[in-house]
Amino acid sequence: MSDTYDILIIGAGPGGYVTAIRAAQLGYKTAVVDREHLGGICLNWGCIPTKALLRSAEIYHYMQHASDYGLSAKEVSFDTAAIVKRSRGVSGRLNGGVGMLLKKNKVDVIWGEAAVDSVAKGNQPGQVTVKESKRAEPPKGAKGAGTYQAKHIIVATGARPRAIPGIEPDKKQIWTYYEAMVPETMPKSLLVMGSGAIGIEFASFYRTMGAEVTVVELLPQILPVEDGEIAGIARKRFEKQGIKILTGAKVTKVEKGADSVTATIEGGDGKTQQITAEKLISAVGVVGNIENIGLEKLGVKIDRGIVVTDGLGRTNVPGLYAIGDVAGPPMLAHKAEHEGVICVETIKGLDTHPMDKAKIPGCTYCQPQIASVGLTEAKAKELGFAVKVGRFPFAGNGKAIALGEPDGLVKTVFDAKTGQLLGAHMVGAEVTELIQGYVVAMNLESTEEELMHTVFPHPTLSEMMHESVLDAYGKVIHT
Amino acid sequence: MPINVLMPALSPTMEKGNLAKWLKKEGDAVKSGDVLAEIETDKATMEVEAIDEGVLAKIVVPEGTADVPVNDLIAVIAAEGEDPSSVQAAGGGGKAAPEAKAEAKSEPTSAAAPAPADQNTTPGGGHMSYERVNEAPEGAQPGGTAPQQQAGAGGRVFASPLARRIAKQEGVDLAAVEGSGPHGRIIARDVQAAKASGGTKAPAPQAAAEAPKAAAPAPKAAPAGGAPAGLTLDQVRGFYAKDSYEEVPLDGMRKTIAKRLTEAMQVAPHFYLTVDCELDALMKLRETLNASAGKDKDGKPAFKLSVNDFVIKAMGLALTRVPAANAVWAEDRVLRFKQAEVGVAVAIDGGLFTPVIRRADEKTLSTISKEMKDFAARARAKKLKPEEYQGGVTSVSNLGMFGIKHFTAVINPPQSSILAVGAGEKRVVVKDGAPAVVQVMTCTLSCDHRVLDGALGAELIAAFKGLIENPMGMLV
Ligand SMILES: Cc1cc2nc3c(=O)[nH]c(=O)nc-3n(C[C@H](O)[C@H](O)[C@H](O)COP(=O)(O)OP(=O)(O)OC[C@H]3O[C@@H](n4cnc5c(N)ncnc54)[C@H](O)[C@@H]3O)c2cc1C
Repeated sequence: MSDTYDILIIGAGPGGYVTAIRAAQLGYKTAVVDREHLGGICLNWGCIPTKALLRSAEIYHYMQHASDYGLSAKEVSFDTAAIVKRSRGVSGRLNGGVGMLLKKNKVDVIWGEAAVDSVAKGNQPGQVTVKESKRAEPPKGAKGAGTYQAKHIIVATGARPRAIPGIEPDKKQIWTYYEAMVPETMPKSLLVMGSGAIGIEFASFYRTMGAEVTVVELLPQILPVEDGEIAGIARKRFEKQGIKILTGAKVTKVEKGADSVTATIEGGDGKTQQITAEKLISAVGVVGNIENIGLEKLGVKIDRGIVVTDGLGRTNVPGLYAIGDVAGPPMLAHKAEHEGVICVETIKGLDTHPMDKAKIPGCTYCQPQIASVGLTEAKAKELGFAVKVGRFPFAGNGKAIALGEPDGLVKTVFDAKTGQLLGAHMVGAEVTELIQGYVVAMNLESTEEELMHTVFPHPTLSEMMHESVLDAYGKVIHT
Repeated sequence: MPINVLMPALSPTMEKGNLAKWLKKEGDAVKSGDVLAEIETDKATMEVEAIDEGVLAKIVVPEGTADVPVNDLIAVIAAEGEDPSSVQAAGGGGKAAPEAKAEAKSEPTSAAAPAPADQNTTPGGGHMSYERVNEAPEGAQPGGTAPQQQAGAGGRVFASPLARRIAKQEGVDLAAVEGSGPHGRIIARDVQAAKASGGTKAPAPQAAAEAPKAAAPAPKAAPAGGAPAGLTLDQVRGFYAKDSYEEVPLDGMRKTIAKRLTEAMQVAPHFYLTVDCELDALMKLRETLNASAGKDKDGKPAFKLSVNDFVIKAMGLALTRVPAANAVWAEDRVLRFKQAEVGVAVAIDGGLFTPVIRRADEKTLSTISKEMKDFAARARAKKLKPEEYQGGVTSVSNLGMFGIKHFTAVINPPQSSILAVGAGEKRVVVKDGAPAVVQVMTCTLSCDHRVLDGALGAELIAAFKGLIENPMGMLV
């Protein structure tokens, strides 16, 4: 019989590998299986490489506007291959880093396609069969195909792009994030279907690099999960940059030409129009990787493509757990990581609580950036809260002016009764680095009073976070 | 840098402890490994050792202080070369300064708090600088965040700002709320749960009418201090003449017993099954076995089995023979065990311990006997380790030596049963239609109905009785 692990995790994405490290810290003999890459979508095809691309776009943008800062940059241009190479290099470096972290923590890496045969019963451990994977070469020191025993099995298989029937990605003209991440040349024109974080980030990147970009969104608002006011401000900025945005609109048909696609788009008013572009990016969400890993056979409860768990990672089948994208929204790397830690700490018998999803921040790294946590103003009202809302514009902040970033808003939503910070929403420069201040405050259950008493360093963008709170209570200074 | 000595966590679940005694005085030199103080937890007394060298500069929490939260500053050690008389707590302050205990003001005082001395002035030179000052934050924060002392509850209550505000608005007494946040801090959901379960303490005078509501709080809402809300102190005092009693403060063990067993009675639906076990065969076997014991190096018999050792072993074996009963309740499921873990109540001065014999089904009688002797001795000295009295599926409580014939016991959570064992005594029974004198012991099993139904409990105690009456079965 091969080794029996205490914990075996399927999938080495941010959910899986962080879970593995935490499990090892807790003294468990741990293994993590992957078929393709350490670090999952996040490190290889998601969070990290997009941020690398967007950084190139950002610097390109500044170079084009060098004269705003008294500088001159002549003949500003770019090399698509070099931009992509840098982005892949960043992924590669972090991917190697995950390998080292796992090694350092004595987590076994098993390479291949895994499926659960059985879960632990009494003293009998569960079993996982790993078949050889043809997707990628195994990292050094990884174990190969075979059957493996484990007392606890954690499914962290992540998600993949959702495809709309009739508009299936073909890698050539209809792209998913995979192709959009590694363009051979910059497309001259682009149609982006879906205005969630992924769609908007690519729209922003390609627009900055010079493409004609149209975004089509089914719902009446872009970035549908964000606060309406913030999304509205972002939309105006995007339109000013030249992105064409169609909301309440649906792509009903796509015809492929020799090197173009023509999409038929039905607007909310019933009128249809046709838009032709070089490429179409399908960014209409992701679906969980729940197939072919043995879940059906074990009777694991699935709801709309997502493994159902109890908030502590436990499925309805004892001994089997699920975390990360495969266990449902919000499909974010930090949610996957945190969920994994809660899962193994629960197995260990530590005092854990289900993650409070209302306190998970979300960031979109487009130009301008968007960051938020908690309830939107509309949602808070819908839930019956009497709210106090604070707003502070970037134009009132010294540092923002000095940076040459006078556009943006910091918005806070408080429960008028208790002073609880229900939500915070921001649009503008660097807000993705700011939001964490509010997340900490929310987790410490601060009220407006503690936030008002906190001293924010001057001059920083963070002062706007203070002012927004002051504004909610009629004490704002700089407007 | 002065070194902070914090209240240690002696077990993973410990949230607070009593500072029983300081073994060093202010001004004493300490070196790594020196015992600084004794901490009394739920059940055990443990020692705090110095990990650094220096001089004990300041004792922050005086001895005899109850319920000191884990990680609170209890003393400060001045490192070599530092002047012990002038050291202050290092960094991370705001937590433990005893002066901060005063009731916090909660009117919204955005700017009303008196400004501390010019924050931008370095203590030495007094010049303004663009650098930050390297001083510990003030112990008390301006405005409503100073640690708040609950009137009458005799301990600081840690609660989030939001929890405090909701408690104030809803009239929830924070002292009566158990915290589920980090380090037992009370957070908003605890206050909401306390409110929903009516676990708020009614103000004393009107309390009589409110009593039924307050008497059955949900377990989460049990007062942090120990005993769940019943009559208030003032109410109880009101029943007796003022000079007719002496007030005895609760130690950690008493609080734990009060809390856990009240909870057990409220949460676990108990039912009771009583059987008489004939002991004659067992007594005979015991005599034979004890007579056969070899001598140890001091010339004493290598073992001397007690009836209780047989009872433990029989309970262990019975559990493995009735596997469905070898289980405990866990919120939304049952945890079923392979090995039998049997707790044994050991009475000590001022309370009791229930150390657990692991694998009682597998161990020999002599091993069980030896372990019990060791456990009993260390229990009396309060030197048991927490892991030695945690867990267990069932327990044995034997009051036979006090001449008790029959009693029922309260299940010790999270266990699912407990066996109350009475005295073995000669009784006249009817045997084969004729009176006969036999030695009989009455045993009563308390069962948690969430895990064991009547028939299952009966099966368990029948298995036990079978082993006691045919004790050879325990030897093989
Ligand atoms: C373009 C893009 C940008 C994004 N940007 C952000 C962002 O900025 N911030 C953010 O928080 N999130 C972002 N996300 C989302 C983030 O990538 C995911 O939420 C995160 O990767 C989920 O982690 P996971 O561990 O659950 O799954 P994944 O990262 O998907 O990892 C799952 C792993 O399981 C492996 N696997 C699957 N099935 C098997 C099997 N049968 N056998 C063996 N191995 C298997 C896969 O190879 C993969 O490595 C982005 C996503 C995309 C696509």
